[in-house]
Amino acid sequence: MNLQGSRRGDNLYIYLSGELDEHSVAKVRERADKLIDDNAGLSRAVFNLAGLRFMDSTGIGFLIGRYKRLKKYGMDMYLENPDAGADKVLSISGLYSLMPKI
Amino acid sequence: MNEMYLKFPSLSENEVFARNAVAAFVLPLNPTLTELSDVKTAVSEAVTNAIVHGYGGAAEGWIELKCRTDGDLLEIEVADRGRGIEDVARALTPFFTTLPGEERSGMGFTIMQTFMSGFSVSSAPGEGTRVKMSKRFGELEANAG
Repeated sequence: MNLQGSRRGDNLYIYLSGELDEHSVAKVRERADKLIDDNAGLSRAVFNLAGLRFMDSTGIGFLIGRYKRLKKYGMDMYLENPDAGADKVLSISGLYSLMPKI
Repeated sequence: MNEMYLKFPSLSENEVFARNAVAAFVLPLNPTLTELSDVKTAVSEAVTNAIVHGYGGAAEGWIELKCRTDGDLLEIEVADRGRGIEDVARALTPFFTTLPGEERSGMGFTIMQTFMSGFSVSSAPGEGTRVKMSKRFGELEANAG
């Protein structure tokens, strides 16, 4: 499980790769929060899921946790490029109503 | 017809092992990518529940994983001898979690029910939890579109 961030204009991009489950999530949770804290004041964060080969419901909890943190800074959250498996998990949990897919 | 049985300690690194072992086991049934992903996700949910809830995140017990294929049907059983579930009906409610402070989504059982063809759970406090799931390959997606 890996996580990388980059800043472009007013957007923070967070790229997730690998397999996101209950075992691997701890590794990326802190790094995601540090990236968010370091970039507070931008208008939005885009989580790019293209590199995620697997995600179960742990991913839902992880994304909602980051959503709440971003909200504190007044930042919007978006998701892009989930694969079919992640898309199914995100769809049935209704997550796209909080963090739209772009 | 084929069968397999795995027994492993409740360590979180076994989540990836368990789902990939089941994926490898069902490959001869020529599952579609969606079917394979459904099975892997459901197994990951069941095993994670056993580790996090059954054994409270401690490597204190064993998880048993049984699989059986017959024709295009896969049957899976995930069992722990951990704490058990006090109120199964409540545990099945979407978004319900007993660990809200830990970023748990409460969607594990909902995902198992949605992604698999058959699902049942039996549990009693102090006696552990047994989840049975089945998947029929080649089934038309009930919720397609």
